[in-house]
Amino acid sequence: MSTIRLSAAEIAEKLAAGEVSSAEVTQDHLDRIAAVDGDVNAFLALDGEGALETARDVDARRAAGETLHPLAGVPIAVKDVVATEGIVTTAGSRILEGWVPPYDAFLTRRLRAAGLPILGKTNMDEFAMGSSTEHSAYGPTHNPWDLDRIPGGSGGGSAAAVGAYEAPLAIGTDTGGSIRQPAAVTGTVGVKPTYGGVSRYGLIALASSLDQAGPVTRSVLDAALLHELIGGHDPLDSTSIDAPVPPVVEAARRADVSGLRIGIVRELGGEGYQAGVRARFDEAVTLLTKAGAEIVEVSCPSFEYALSTYYLILPAEASSNLAKFDAMRYGLRVGPHGVADPSAEQVMAATREAGFGDEVKRRIIIGTYALSSGYYDAYYGSAQKVRTLIAQDFARAFEQVDVLISPTSPTTAFRLGSKLDDPMSMYLQDVATIPANLAGIPGLSLPVGVAEEDGLPVGLQVLAPAMADDRLYNVGAALERLLLEQWGAPLLSKAPELATKEATK
Amino acid sequence: MSDGISRADVAHLANLARIDLSDAELDRLTPELTVILESVAQVAAIASADVPPTSHAVPLSNVFREDVVTPGLTPEQALAGAPAVEQQRFAVPRILGEDA
Amino acid sequence: MTATRTELVPFDAALETYDPAMGLEVHVELNTASKMFCGCSTVFGAEPNTQVCPTCLGLPGALPVVNGKAVESAIRIGLALNCSIAPWSRFARKNYFYPDMPKNFQTSQYDEPIAYDGWTEVTVETDEGPRVFRIDIERAHMEEDTGKSLHVGGSTGRIHGADHSLVDYNRAGIPLIEVVTKPILGAGKYAPLVARAYVASLRELVKALDVSDARMEQGSMRCDVNLSLAPSGSDVLGTRSETKNVNSLRSVERAVRYEVERHAGILDAGQKVVQETRHWHEDTGVTTSGREKSDAEDYRYFPEPDLVPVAPSDAWVEELRATLPEPPAERRARLQAEWGYSDLEMRDVVGAGAIDLIEATISAGATPTAARKWWLGDLARRANDTATPIDELGVTPTQVAEVQALVDAKRINDKLARQVFDGLVAGEGTPEEIVAARGLEVVSDDGALAAAVDRAIEANPDVADKIRDGKVAAAGALIGAVMKDMRGQADAGRVRELIIEKLS
Ligand SMILES: [Mg+2]
Ligand SMILES: [Zn+2]
Repeated sequence: MSTIRLSAAEIAEKLAAGEVSSAEVTQDHLDRIAAVDGDVNAFLALDGEGALETARDVDARRAAGETLHPLAGVPIAVKDVVATEGIVTTAGSRILEGWVPPYDAFLTRRLRAAGLPILGKTNMDEFAMGSSTEHSAYGPTHNPWDLDRIPGGSGGGSAAAVGAYEAPLAIGTDTGGSIRQPAAVTGTVGVKPTYGGVSRYGLIALASSLDQAGPVTRSVLDAALLHELIGGHDPLDSTSIDAPVPPVVEAARRADVSGLRIGIVRELGGEGYQAGVRARFDEAVTLLTKAGAEIVEVSCPSFEYALSTYYLILPAEASSNLAKFDAMRYGLRVGPHGVADPSAEQVMAATREAGFGDEVKRRIIIGTYALSSGYYDAYYGSAQKVRTLIAQDFARAFEQVDVLISPTSPTTAFRLGSKLDDPMSMYLQDVATIPANLAGIPGLSLPVGVAEEDGLPVGLQVLAPAMADDRLYNVGAALERLLLEQWGAPLLSKAPELATKEATK
Repeated sequence: MSDGISRADVAHLANLARIDLSDAELDRLTPELTVILESVAQVAAIASADVPPTSHAVPLSNVFREDVVTPGLTPEQALAGAPAVEQQRFAVPRILGEDA
Repeated sequence: MTATRTELVPFDAALETYDPAMGLEVHVELNTASKMFCGCSTVFGAEPNTQVCPTCLGLPGALPVVNGKAVESAIRIGLALNCSIAPWSRFARKNYFYPDMPKNFQTSQYDEPIAYDGWTEVTVETDEGPRVFRIDIERAHMEEDTGKSLHVGGSTGRIHGADHSLVDYNRAGIPLIEVVTKPILGAGKYAPLVARAYVASLRELVKALDVSDARMEQGSMRCDVNLSLAPSGSDVLGTRSETKNVNSLRSVERAVRYEVERHAGILDAGQKVVQETRHWHEDTGVTTSGREKSDAEDYRYFPEPDLVPVAPSDAWVEELRATLPEPPAERRARLQAEWGYSDLEMRDVVGAGAIDLIEATISAGATPTAARKWWLGDLARRANDTATPIDELGVTPTQVAEVQALVDAKRINDKLARQVFDGLVAGEGTPEEIVAARGLEVVSDDGALAAAVDRAIEANPDVADKIRDGKVAAAGALIGAVMKDMRGQADAGRVRELIIEKLS
């Protein structure tokens, strides 16, 4: 029997008990990828051989009686924005096509050290700019619930891989919602840890002050196990927090909301949110109340400006972070058309024209504008001030409540192509997730059912104060258990079966 | 503040950002950017002078490294991804001199 | 691209009409073991691209971490220049594209430098004697160096006309401190000398702090000269030019002088000086136009989000202040007084770069006069003849003191001492060993000396007669003959005594 529908925690147990080998589990997932990924397109690169080699090594070490990490031997998919030595890393961009990093990201080193076979690299919006994975230079990823729909973004590949049982675990990155929104629209679990909780060393930067890597899984406990593995201090990231990882696994196992004060953010809900999204959210609130939580409505008035603030800070930092892609040291190099003996300057401009997609160009231009002399104070400077206001709103809210909740995304998965010509409406997808990135606080999204009108998954977001990531897991796991009791089976089991191709081994 | 952004502005910004935009792209981007800038311009209105800016969510300071040499990349690793290599160096097209 | 070519106005004539204002920006490479933001080595002259890592190559995903020692050096330089140290400062990104800059932004400091508002003093020889000029320091900030390009093709090896370029990133990320002066006014015709003296004193200062090698010829200290002229007596500044990479003390002086002459020519012709970057040509001693400052130079500075603020505590700053060496000018004055050197003698000592050597020689037992005699005489000549830095001749201060002790004991004379130095440079052992091995010890056996004196008298009867007649001054010729006979290994004083004894 294939192991693909097991959770990571279950696989870990079976590995520890010797019921399955990591080589078998890894092969099961590689077979599943071969069978469905032609339709889903969750992966940009596969490393089957490398994954199996890790798996066999873990099996041998286990047989020799070595003490292993609890997740040793559990395969994982890694978003293509993470540097993996020896495995092509493109960040979904043409400009990095074929680039093989000569070094590992901090979290890649952690995964390798713990013995997790890396199956491959997952698809994403180019340089993580987008909410649909349609901005990948290598074609969109399709939502396993409905292949005509988006899997969210930018980490649609990681969410779809986990949702389509191609991997039990995946790594995502979240700059404005890129872990949580894809989790919401694919019926999976995604967590953005506290800023500084997971090292950014080796993550191809989008917006340095907002980026954060985190787990993408099918259960809250799995997310906690992965969070614990990749979290913690890294001296190579100056913004890494030098403190122990909050007790996330313990919290996920505790799963008890009785006596907890849970705040509903008035500004994140209501108008602009799809009816089915609101209905599932309200039901979840009822469940939490029944479980003994006290529900409080709180107001965060500055959140109204969060989206604008985000769309100034992100492009500004991105315009500078992406300047390094210039055809001189690595990546694509093309010359301008019809120019004999072009200069370095011309080659840079022609390469960036050819290598970057539309959304990347849009944001680089906006960011260049926001930083240019004469506009800095009005744009980037003002945005940094609004960031303070948003953080102050959160601080006030957390004086009244232990965690905040909201729908993760205002809508369920929309149809591929439907928002490509309207950047502003695409940006609105992240309206509820962005405030957490601006304030650096942690957030988790978990599935709370499907919307009646389209039968697609709806996500609920839990937010906690900085370094109180454990609260996310406590509340998330409690709600997950209550829902599971109602449903009788995980939400993903309601997703339609994907057509499979016979694996060609 | 937001009095729109002209096609010439976009061309200038693209030049600053070293992106060789085509005429068609300039035509398409200019109105798109205008819409985006109009909607983000509101931040200036609520950012009053007495609000301190936040650059980092978690306030840290004085994060230093010891002055110790640590192993880096071999030249082979460093140059492996380079579009062109000569004499163990990155070969780049002629650079427009500052002294013309 | 700039104003029409105009004639230069001779320097003295230019100064009759205009007052120069200068601004000096000096980049000092720190001598830390590792780079500013990564652990790569900073050793000069390594094979290309052997001292690089993901961070200093600007690879996607890599991040910077600040070198604490570099911050310490920056604070110490700031304190030594009487600056205030910012209790909170940040790094910023200076965004512009250039192939030798891996990230296409330089991590630098912008409106929040670590040190600001300082001053220093330099002394310049004027027509009225030495005069002290005060130089106000605007700021000293931390930043990183770029890689180095080799320009291939074309005839000159220069960037212009090259076919393509080859980049080595070993230097990329080496810590730099940029020290910027406020406009230096009122130096008048001494402006070139003041500029030179300032750069020289800054070099001396960072060496005394042991934070930089400050080797201008290796580029570990580089100077940009801003210059403008205003009509004499006017209190508004003129339009300035910015001359880049003036990399020797002599060139600093010459570049200021040249720009004064050039600006005066433009202004006299009724034209406007263009605000631009200019390039200094060491070989021809002229500057040529670079690019005009325009809005193309919009660096889009913003606080570096990958780094956190530098916030030195008062306690740390005071701890660093306590490590500052005596300021070079004070130390020079103190040593000059202790050693009893004249102003001229002291200037020569400083000019020869021998102040530390002489101090060490004196503390090894030599008198100030003897120490100066050897270091500025025979040893300075050797350094000059062989184009070797005087501290790399292979002769230590202790050895010089030992040689002098042999002279004082009359075991050798000054002439033989030079042969001992030959032996030291050739690595033949200690002075004592060289004297023995080369058989240099003066002959103190009166019997042998007396015989030589007799031979000399016999060979020079007319000279002997003169001495007998009381013309003692003529003894010199006989002494010379004896010394020659003895191959220099005699104490000339004793020879003289013997001659007088025999002929009186
Ligand atoms: Mg500078
Ligand atoms: Zn390095």
